[in-house]
Amino acid sequence: MKKILSITLSALLISFAGCKKDSDFLDVPPTSVIPEDVAFSDPALVLSVVGDLYNRSLDFSSLDGHPNYDPNNPTSNNPYNMSVNTAYEPGWRTFADFGESFPSENGSYFIVKNTGWGYNSWATWDYGYIRDLNLYLKRLAASTALTNVEKDRYTAEGRFLRANYYFEMVKRMGGVPLVTDPLAYDGNNIPELQMPRAKESEIYDFVISEAEAIKDQLPKDVNIKARATKAAALAMECRAALYAGSIAKYGAGTPQVSLSGGEVGIPINMANGYYTKALAAAQEIINGSAGPYKLYQVLPNLSENFAAIFLDKSGTNQEAIYVEDFKANGGKVHGFTTNDQPYSISDEGGDAGRINPSLNLVEAFEKLDNTYAPLPTKDVSGNPVYYTNQQDIFAGRDARLEGTVIIPNGLFKGKRVDIWAGYIDASGNITTSDVAGNLKPLPGTSTPVQVVGTDGPINGLELRSQTGFYIRKYLDPTVGSGRRGRGSDVSFIRYRYGEVLLNAAEAAFELGQPGVALGYINQVRARAGLTTPLATIDFDRIAHERRVELAFEGHILFDMKRWRIAHIVWDGNTMSSADLLSNIGKATKRNTQPWGLWPYKYYSPGSPNDGKWLYREVLPNQVTGYDRFLFGNYYSAIDDALRSSNPKLVRQPNQ
Amino acid sequence: MKVKIQYIALFLLAGFSACKKDNYDAPSDTFSGRIVYKGEPIGVEYNQVNFELWQPGFGKNAAISLSIGQDGSFSQLLFNGNYKLTIPPNQGPFLWKQNAAGRPDTVAVTMSGSQTMDIEVMPFYMIRNSQITAASQKVTANFKLEKIITDAVNGRDIDRVYLYLNKTQFVSGGNNIASADIAGSAILDPNNISLTADIPAMTPTQNYVFARIGVRIAGVEDMMFSPLVKVSF
Repeated sequence: MKKILSITLSALLISFAGCKKDSDFLDVPPTSVIPEDVAFSDPALVLSVVGDLYNRSLDFSSLDGHPNYDPNNPTSNNPYNMSVNTAYEPGWRTFADFGESFPSENGSYFIVKNTGWGYNSWATWDYGYIRDLNLYLKRLAASTALTNVEKDRYTAEGRFLRANYYFEMVKRMGGVPLVTDPLAYDGNNIPELQMPRAKESEIYDFVISEAEAIKDQLPKDVNIKARATKAAALAMECRAALYAGSIAKYGAGTPQVSLSGGEVGIPINMANGYYTKALAAAQEIINGSAGPYKLYQVLPNLSENFAAIFLDKSGTNQEAIYVEDFKANGGKVHGFTTNDQPYSISDEGGDAGRINPSLNLVEAFEKLDNTYAPLPTKDVSGNPVYYTNQQDIFAGRDARLEGTVIIPNGLFKGKRVDIWAGYIDASGNITTSDVAGNLKPLPGTSTPVQVVGTDGPINGLELRSQTGFYIRKYLDPTVGSGRRGRGSDVSFIRYRYGEVLLNAAEAAFELGQPGVALGYINQVRARAGLTTPLATIDFDRIAHERRVELAFEGHILFDMKRWRIAHIVWDGNTMSSADLLSNIGKATKRNTQPWGLWPYKYYSPGSPNDGKWLYREVLPNQVTGYDRFLFGNYYSAIDDALRSSNPKLVRQPNQ
Repeated sequence: MKVKIQYIALFLLAGFSACKKDNYDAPSDTFSGRIVYKGEPIGVEYNQVNFELWQPGFGKNAAISLSIGQDGSFSQLLFNGNYKLTIPPNQGPFLWKQNAAGRPDTVAVTMSGSQTMDIEVMPFYMIRNSQITAASQKVTANFKLEKIITDAVNGRDIDRVYLYLNKTQFVSGGNNIASADIAGSAILDPNNISLTADIPAMTPTQNYVFARIGVRIAGVEDMMFSPLVKVSF
């Protein structure tokens, strides 16, 4: 009896222990996911959510690279959804191309070997990101745990990032579906979810109105650079309005680059309205109402000063407005310095020298008397000009030249680069070698001497300069920054005061206020050592100033597109040396192939010129292609699969 | 040892079981032809002018893009079936038919076996009577430009006329070793145009060049070209 009782009891015990409701049993809080009510209950957690959203914002040029579509392998990647991408575009290569530089890496010569760009180049269609931003804003609005001040700032940041990505999309794709709420599929609402493309002007209007709406919720603090500020919102508004204005004005010259529904192209009568907004937004930054921003003028050497804009992350730098920041030993670094440092000074043996600025760009830096002239390599009768010092040929130029580019014998980290292509004797014979820094006896001697620089230039020798130049912008002089393991934490400046001034100058010029425009452009020029102010201004001057001031900052493609001169500048013809040396400073000058300038030592014992330097313009022999920008390239293709799933998406023109 | 043989047998089995032929044969029927105006082919730049074939009824829509060769010809291997042919707007130095809504018209193409089809388009201009000859290290081209589309709405002016020389048979603005050109506004008599280009030194030397006349029409991206001529000298 006793036994039966104990068995019954224990059976009861066991069976009741299992009697938990199923829903309770299965409802276990996840340990790897923070649920939304928790995430939006604490400002620190919201910060980490918005941090992820910041991290996913897309830049055309980006020091740490971005996922990219590989045109040679269309099945491997999807350009329209960055999150499922597998191919990665290395940071340095997002600064290359467009005739402004030569890619000195064996796997990247395709940039100068192909004859144009696919219609899907530069496409972006990441509505996953837009959805996450919309969800973030919705959940933030529903949150009750945050104070109003915190909530306002976080909301403004989300709206800033959303407007910024729409701006990035409209630059590349034209009008896109404007989704500002998280969409939900309920089983039979596909027609509503298939949204048509908005007009191109409507997307620009959205960016402008969002910036206006949020600017006062954002902090006015010049020291906040990696998060949205009032100045960042205004700088975005200014650039967007300027782009829209120029598309309206110059789009009239290329009527075939438009769609009848306005998805691509903006009517010309809207141009002045946009230019006015651009000027007003720029002036709001310039007059200090967003914080004390100003041009960086700290170092006495103007070239060093210009290079330091991109390196100085201290409070002294009141020029940078909004940046993508990095932190060494903090998990977010990039390999730009590793990839682009001079080979002979490299921290990382065998990793260097990829971006070689082209002579096309170098020639564009004007002389200190505000005139354009090619670098003198030959005198009037066609004889070479001999220079005592290697750098003499670059003397008297815009200080930004040496702030942007490392010239032959130029300094980096206190050492001089060794760029020279060989010896030339009196009869024009060249003694050189295919191995950088190699020794060979000169004609008539038997003692081997170095006959070519350790940094090249040698055709086809990767990681050394093949144009005679290295890039200097963003190159980090910190010890160890060129090592793969440590990396560099130089930040990428997305918006800076110098650009705001140039935007203001352009908008004022287009509005028929040349005096105002000159006032702004001359500030930028004076900082670069061009102290004689310009007295007149025209379109070519504005285009030229942007090209040299904003070189390698991700502007060139979009500037050429919005001015509708991309198809003229990259016209699919080869570029002769006459093309290279004429019409410098003209916006529509052909720029289809990157040329180089190779220094040679003159070898003629007994001659007064012996040991002096002479220069030759050279087209690197890897440059077998030429850039051809088609009308169909003005707006990147919308994938066939996308247009099949949403037949309301109108196809881009000329594709 | 016995175990190993079993494994090898297993692997062989697994390997061979995958050796099955593909379900479908590759397309084998050729769709070829030329872009013509009244039976005369229109020369264009290699790989720059495209038109499209759409085959409805198979899941998502995507076009088969066909590129037109230098001599105006095209060819594509296709499966049997019904296709729709169209030329997207602003492709080529010619106009394509439009439907009443102002959109590019389509032509039905039924493939059952190989077929040849010439596509009739309206070029802006035609290059007539072109004669390209070489003498004393110069190549001279004489030709006439006939304006085909003359109405005010669609008619276009000549932007520039070029004579291109190249070592190989690919001759265009990007692929040439020498060129000569004349602006459209400087052409006095379109019935009698003459261009002369010097033959540069070539390495390795060859005693012939390929030459074509190219016409750039104002506001039109793609140039039109005369037939390729091999000029010996």
